[in-house]
Amino acid sequence: MWCIAVIACNTFRETLRDKILYNLLFFALLLIGGSVVLGDLTIAEQEKIVTDMGLAAINLVGVIIAIFVGIGLVSKEIERRTVYTIVARPISRWQFILGKYAGLVLTLGVNLLIMGAVFLGTLWMDQVPIHGALFQAVALIFIELLLVTALALFFSTFSSATLSAIMTLAFYVIGHLTADLKGLAAKSQSESLKAVLNALYYVCPNLEVLNIKGQAAMGVAIAWTYQGLASLYGLLYAALLLVAACMVFERRDF
Amino acid sequence: MDAILIENLEKTFLSGWPGRPPVKALAGLSLSVRKGEIYGFMGPNGAGKTTTLKILMGLITATGGHAEMLGKPAGDIQTRRRVGFLPESPYFYDYLTAEEFLRFYGHLAGMSRGDLRRRVDHLLELVGLTEARTRQLRKFSKGMLQRIGLAQALIHDPELVILDEPMSGLDPIGRKQVRDLILSLRDQGKTVFFSTHIIPDVEMICDRVGIVVKGKLLASGRVDELMSHGHTQSVEVVCDGLDPARVEALASSATRLIQQGRRCLFVLPGPEHVDDLLAAIRAHGASLVSVTPQKRSLEELFLEQTDPSGRG
Repeated sequence: MWCIAVIACNTFRETLRDKILYNLLFFALLLIGGSVVLGDLTIAEQEKIVTDMGLAAINLVGVIIAIFVGIGLVSKEIERRTVYTIVARPISRWQFILGKYAGLVLTLGVNLLIMGAVFLGTLWMDQVPIHGALFQAVALIFIELLLVTALALFFSTFSSATLSAIMTLAFYVIGHLTADLKGLAAKSQSESLKAVLNALYYVCPNLEVLNIKGQAAMGVAIAWTYQGLASLYGLLYAALLLVAACMVFERRDF
Repeated sequence: MDAILIENLEKTFLSGWPGRPPVKALAGLSLSVRKGEIYGFMGPNGAGKTTTLKILMGLITATGGHAEMLGKPAGDIQTRRRVGFLPESPYFYDYLTAEEFLRFYGHLAGMSRGDLRRRVDHLLELVGLTEARTRQLRKFSKGMLQRIGLAQALIHDPELVILDEPMSGLDPIGRKQVRDLILSLRDQGKTVFFSTHIIPDVEMICDRVGIVVKGKLLASGRVDELMSHGHTQSVEVVCDGLDPARVEALASSATRLIQQGRRCLFVLPGPEHVDDLLAAIRAHGASLVSVTPQKRSLEELFLEQTDPSGRG
């Protein structure tokens, strides 16, 4: 556990000293603040616009950080050969992977807290009612970020940063379209296309399960059973990806 | 017990592309490093030096043979507590300061805060970076990076230190500092195993050396043994006050003669000719200045062993 914590703290420090993170955070805060202006310009549903845009900004910036920092977590260590001195220490490779993951999750958590606080502050200042559903939506956004980070980390254990970015983005996009994949497969005449679409449906994570931003913006709370099951689904998927990442990394030559 | 024992070590890298032949980096390498000695691991580029060190540190796995460090199989995680490693041309976390960097590696080795504070201070002083302790590594020169790399290899006070090209990129002063550091490690009873291209450094500080070519150990032993083994040493004799007209008569056994006024230098093909020449010099009333056995240099041996034409 100690080694995982040491690697995690170092990863957290690395992201904190990266200027890109601050730019992204600034961008998110700008979007959240900008939602008030946009809300003022609309005639109706002003509250919905403000909450919708705020949640979308939190989600978007979180996913950008998860993907673009996540893909470099391991591949950058290998490319820069910093991994040599780490693997040569008395730590297991899986501890290294989990430490890197925990470090980025910590960064994402802190970012989410900052963005969430600014979001709530914006709502309060704009006199938009703050529902429990908003907290539920942010919690599921965090679960989605955990999953996307695990996806990026998994790809970065065996491919370059660029390739990892492409694959993670592809999985992210497909992950939000899995219901359509199932529908397309049912309508398709070609058996091979049907098989491919069905395979994609079962392999890709269904990220729409974790997307309740629409309901939250309307102030509609979701059932806690759904919240729990959706969270469990996301966490299990992330855990499976982490196990796979550890297995791939264990067998790698540097 | 040997600090390092390698027997018939093999490593073949698959190309990853169909049709391309695999590359055999190690072809049955065997060597041993005794505890408390400095062992220089020499070889041309691509000979398999770094591959050997990587296998020892568990960075890659061997495809055949056996390697162990401090009595445990290579790659054993617990053994790494007792081993320090500096990779070739190291890149480090450049966002860390020198002090944070050493603390990070010390924490990974499980050191306590108190021990770490003392050790960091000591090592920064040892490698001459006390002034730069709060500077980020991205602002370090190559020589400074090499020195902080050495410090991270030593942070947990290891018994065995493995260094891959520790002198590369250093200026003469930096090289001397590293040489002195390696010698001081031996004085503390530690074992040092390092690869290098810089032959004079090996000649100066190593107890034993090994020469690896195409993944095999071609020569290994004490530096003086290797330099004299199997080859006749020449001897240079210098005398003064010899009549120039008589020099030719004495030079029959010499392979080379250099004459400057009444001072002569005779190069004899072997030590067996020395007594005759000295007797002749005395008989001619000249005075002896020096008798110097000429050793074959390690560089000559290295070039012989690595000569692809096999002339060595």
